[in-house]
Amino acid sequence: MKLPTVEIESLSFSYGSNPILKDICLRLEGSKLVCIIGPNGVGKSTLIKCINGLHSPTSGVVRVDGRDVQEYSTREIAEKVGYVPAASSMSFPMSVIDSILVAMDTGNRWRLDENDIELAYRSLKVMNMSGFALRGCNELSAGQMQKVSLCRGLVRRSQVLILDEPTSNLDVRHQLFITQFMKVLARESGCMVIMISHDLNLAARFADEVIVMAEPGVVHSFGRPDEVMTEEMIREVYSVDSKVIIDEGRPHIILRTAESW
Amino acid sequence: MSDEAVERAVGEWLADDRSDRERDLRQYHRYTRSKLLFILACVAVTVLVSGYAISIGEYTISFGTTYVRIWEHITGNVTHGIDDAVVWNMRLPRVLGGILAGVALAVCGVSMQSLLKNPLADTYTTGISSGASLGATLAICAGVQIIGGDYSVVVNAFLFSLIPMMMILAVSKMKNASVTVIIMAGIAVMYLFNACNTVLKLWATDEALANVYSWSVGSLTGLTWSNITVMAAFVIPGVIVLQVMSGQLNKLMMGDECAKSLGVNVEMFRLVCLLVTSLVAASVVCFTGLIGFIGLVCPHVARIFIGSDNRMLLVASGAFGAGLLLVADVIGRVIISPNTLQVGVVTAFIGAPMFLYLIIRNKRTGW
Repeated sequence: MKLPTVEIESLSFSYGSNPILKDICLRLEGSKLVCIIGPNGVGKSTLIKCINGLHSPTSGVVRVDGRDVQEYSTREIAEKVGYVPAASSMSFPMSVIDSILVAMDTGNRWRLDENDIELAYRSLKVMNMSGFALRGCNELSAGQMQKVSLCRGLVRRSQVLILDEPTSNLDVRHQLFITQFMKVLARESGCMVIMISHDLNLAARFADEVIVMAEPGVVHSFGRPDEVMTEEMIREVYSVDSKVIIDEGRPHIILRTAESW
Repeated sequence: MSDEAVERAVGEWLADDRSDRERDLRQYHRYTRSKLLFILACVAVTVLVSGYAISIGEYTISFGTTYVRIWEHITGNVTHGIDDAVVWNMRLPRVLGGILAGVALAVCGVSMQSLLKNPLADTYTTGISSGASLGATLAICAGVQIIGGDYSVVVNAFLFSLIPMMMILAVSKMKNASVTVIIMAGIAVMYLFNACNTVLKLWATDEALANVYSWSVGSLTGLTWSNITVMAAFVIPGVIVLQVMSGQLNKLMMGDECAKSLGVNVEMFRLVCLLVTSLVAASVVCFTGLIGFIGLVCPHVARIFIGSDNRMLLVASGAFGAGLLLVADVIGRVIISPNTLQVGVVTAFIGAPMFLYLIIRNKRTGW
């Protein structure tokens, strides 16, 4: 299988006259887990929405597999890039299994393929949610709901999978599992997983590459965790005093104090 | 969390032969069958009530015979002239009109609610019914007719029902199709049109007022085959189009951004859906008058039984709507016989308490 690529060339984006992203250049290639970290409001979500075509760049180009995202049709880009939003809303109660099947590209067929149904069940099994298939989504806890959202991303089996804070409602055990799962999934299936994370240690431990974003909507640094996850970076980007210990080639961050408020 | 556990989970995800496959598929099929059962039950009720509705009246035909007479007419083998005339020319249009109206209003309710992600959305809250109502009042009271002749009221209602739709579309274009804006615009239009309606009635003659009244409560009386043909020409293709789009409608329920990331061209899709829904609703409202409640309640009742998957929900709600409307019409015809209580009144009388009971009893409501 061809390795997925995402190229971002001098990308800028503004909401009206309010600039969010400024001149971002990045090149991501191959099957790996890429974590995007950075403080609140520096445009992490905006960046990933430019990658999957939800936002059109004010200037610059985003290419997925060599082709400008703006040239893809809505359906084509959706097939290429899977996306799990930070929060999902459900206007009406729907069973868990149905809500996953919604995300599958079933076209307009009245009956679903048996393989589609099996895949939806399999995603639940993997997320350890087998018993919940016929439960209503509104009966689930926030964490369980988040796992169902992840299932919806998984079943699309896209080449690039984008996750916006996929572990924000999960306990440590699940955070560890999901992040490592994404790393192994990328390696084994050849897809690229891009995820926004607020947990520096998880990103440091599992990410193949880390994008650090900082005010005012720029990329502070980009590279392997041991290259970018440094005490200086954390001080400059987050204004937090920390100690970084390298253990088995991976940085571990011990947070001390927030310097200025 | 050991590394092997994660590796195993990924392996399981990527492997296509899973031992639980059959069990899971069986569970899903059982689940689907339970949904189909609800639809079948509604269809069965509709068919039975249709037969009963055709059999009652001043000229009595036995329940079983009605089906025979219909079958004979369809196969061109009429054995009983009077029965045939009564069934085919006098009673069947009313029943078919009821079925079409029920299906149309209930399906429009589902599509409006899913489209606008709002449990209160139906042809009323979006102003489409008030538009039709104003058009009819104008024709009856003030003699304002865009096209004269027998169909003036109907054509007027139809054209005026398109005004709120156009406004909704225009407003949604201006404000980037936000859902709340669409509903608020619809409600604003509704109030405006209702006020116009009231003003018109001030100057209306008694006769015209009675006409306006009977139109505004909604009834199936006086439907003819030519009415049915027009209704069917809009309702049947419209419902098929909505059913075909139901998968996308599902995605839209998850939110605009989510739908877009799942490959739905959201703005375009919403416009098409709104247009189809308005046409279907208007084509029914202009013949039957304002039959309330069906469009709002049937989707919710169907949702309680089968969930919010639009692929099934559209059909289920349509079937339930047809059944409910026919039952209401039959009750309206027999309860104060020989007078007739308009179907719009009966739907509210049986629908409202039933709906209240269901929403109070049901714990799975998500709205």
